[in-house]
Amino acid sequence: MKKTLSFEEPIIKLREKIQELKEFTETNEVDLSDEIRNLNSRLENLENEIYGNMETWERVQVARHPERPTTYDYIGALFEDFIELHGDRVFGDDAAIVGGIGLFDGEPLTIIGHQRGKDTKENVKRTFGMPHPEGYRKALRLMKQAEKFGRPVVCFIDTKGAYPGRAAEERGQSEAIARNLVEMAGLTVPVISIVIGEGGSGGALALGVANRIYMLEHSTYSVISPEGAASILWKDAAYAKEAAVAMKITAPDLLKMGIIDDIIPEVLGGAHRDAKQQAESMRKTLKAGLDELKSLGRNALVQDRYDKFRKIGVFTEQ
Amino acid sequence: MPNAKSKSDVPEGIMTKCPECKHVIPTKELGKLLKVCPKCDFHFKMTAHERIDSLLDEGTFVSMDDHLATGNPLEFPAYTAKVKKDAETTGLNEAVLTGTGKIAGCEIAIAVMDSYFRMGSMGSVVGEKITRAVEKATELGVPMLIFSASGGARMQEGVLSLMQMAKTSVALNRHAEKGLLYVSVMTYPTTGGVSASFASVGDINLAEPKALIGFAGRRVIEQTVREKLPENFQTAEFLLDHGQLDAVVHRVDLQDMLSRILRLHTKGGAAL
Repeated sequence: MKKTLSFEEPIIKLREKIQELKEFTETNEVDLSDEIRNLNSRLENLENEIYGNMETWERVQVARHPERPTTYDYIGALFEDFIELHGDRVFGDDAAIVGGIGLFDGEPLTIIGHQRGKDTKENVKRTFGMPHPEGYRKALRLMKQAEKFGRPVVCFIDTKGAYPGRAAEERGQSEAIARNLVEMAGLTVPVISIVIGEGGSGGALALGVANRIYMLEHSTYSVISPEGAASILWKDAAYAKEAAVAMKITAPDLLKMGIIDDIIPEVLGGAHRDAKQQAESMRKTLKAGLDELKSLGRNALVQDRYDKFRKIGVFTEQ
Repeated sequence: MPNAKSKSDVPEGIMTKCPECKHVIPTKELGKLLKVCPKCDFHFKMTAHERIDSLLDEGTFVSMDDHLATGNPLEFPAYTAKVKKDAETTGLNEAVLTGTGKIAGCEIAIAVMDSYFRMGSMGSVVGEKITRAVEKATELGVPMLIFSASGGARMQEGVLSLMQMAKTSVALNRHAEKGLLYVSVMTYPTTGGVSASFASVGDINLAEPKALIGFAGRRVIEQTVREKLPENFQTAEFLLDHGQLDAVVHRVDLQDMLSRILRLHTKGGAAL
């Protein structure tokens, strides 16, 4: 049974009612098929109405859904012969970032992504998908390895942010993120980043200096969490809902600002409702992106990334 | 994050009190001492112009991009007015002053952040000015110096301010690819998105004594880990101990240190 989000309740109630009627017709000899057909068409309308017009806060809830597909889910669905590679060769292996090599459409790729857990135990192991410096350094090691072998890199972004902790600071959280930004800028292979859940702050951007950036329809990408923004701007985290709107963090917002290149449509109601189907719709966008970048040479790829980020910003020359 | 101290250490009036040791000193005298407390070595915050005056060869600084004006992309109420007010008090168009000049005869491009302007936070104009200064350094084939003093990203510009971290990074990557020098000097405070981008990736990373430097805020960390943090947590000295800095340099020695670094990166190591 999937977790129900508050705005979905009318849909869930109607679904339950239809189920009840079905069971009733099976045990009693009455024909209610007209009523059921009627209710099913009402359900379809209701789903289109509610899921088709999600507000910002509803998208945030979907992006944070505990059953939302993670990096591992997309790796399993999209890449063959995947081998996971571990460790930063310096300090340790951060389970909040996973990576490795796999085949996409018969071509080897390097795949890297933030990894949340699906239950408390796994979340503790993976520090809720919030990486330490060694996670970013593992990611960079795998990117450099990809560059050596001419493999494109695909990054899945799914983090509330880099882990805020004493050990993380001691081992250079700032430097690890900063280094990734500068080094990703110079990679001579195609880089595609896809925001699949929450894209939180520098901890997300450290996997995001890409030639193409895509976002799943209900994912978010922001400089700070809605709660964090609310406590800074209005001194009260309870205004998170308002902050989420004000900060413009949804996929359509970022597309409008020219920061991302495309939105990957989600399964009606959110990716968690059908992870397989979701991966298939991602496959199309990923393939198109890789095909586009294939024609670019090493220098052109670096230039392409330069041009992409160089133009971001809103100001006037007076 | 800049703490409550930041308001009280603005040297106003004839006398200034050191927030650290409470020593009282004539403000004029403090200026001559590069705003370092003669009693306890506390480094007061400097404005961008004070920094330029204290380091560059006289009359060599030429500022760039003073004409760039901040927008209000997320339409935050009162944002434009706040920026305007800080522009009036600091005499800057944004939280960074950029340009070209010379230190001990060596040509450089330089960016100096000013924490009196919106806590030195980085929005589109700060990112653009720093990027243009780096591009200028690359074009001229000269070293780039960045003095950081920033609370991090500019909240009111949302994800656009986050992306300035990437924008400055692509420019620094190109500068590095040309084999050119970049020296980062971290001053009080260098935190958040500025710490996690250009400030941390100098060929040489320097910091002023006791400068606050870190990614996450102390309070956030304390809430997350519920452990007592050491007294010197996220200070320059703490970072030096943990291998994140090349040196902590007293402000009085900074000009000499920078000129030596610049000389050592001149082809053939030639003294100028």
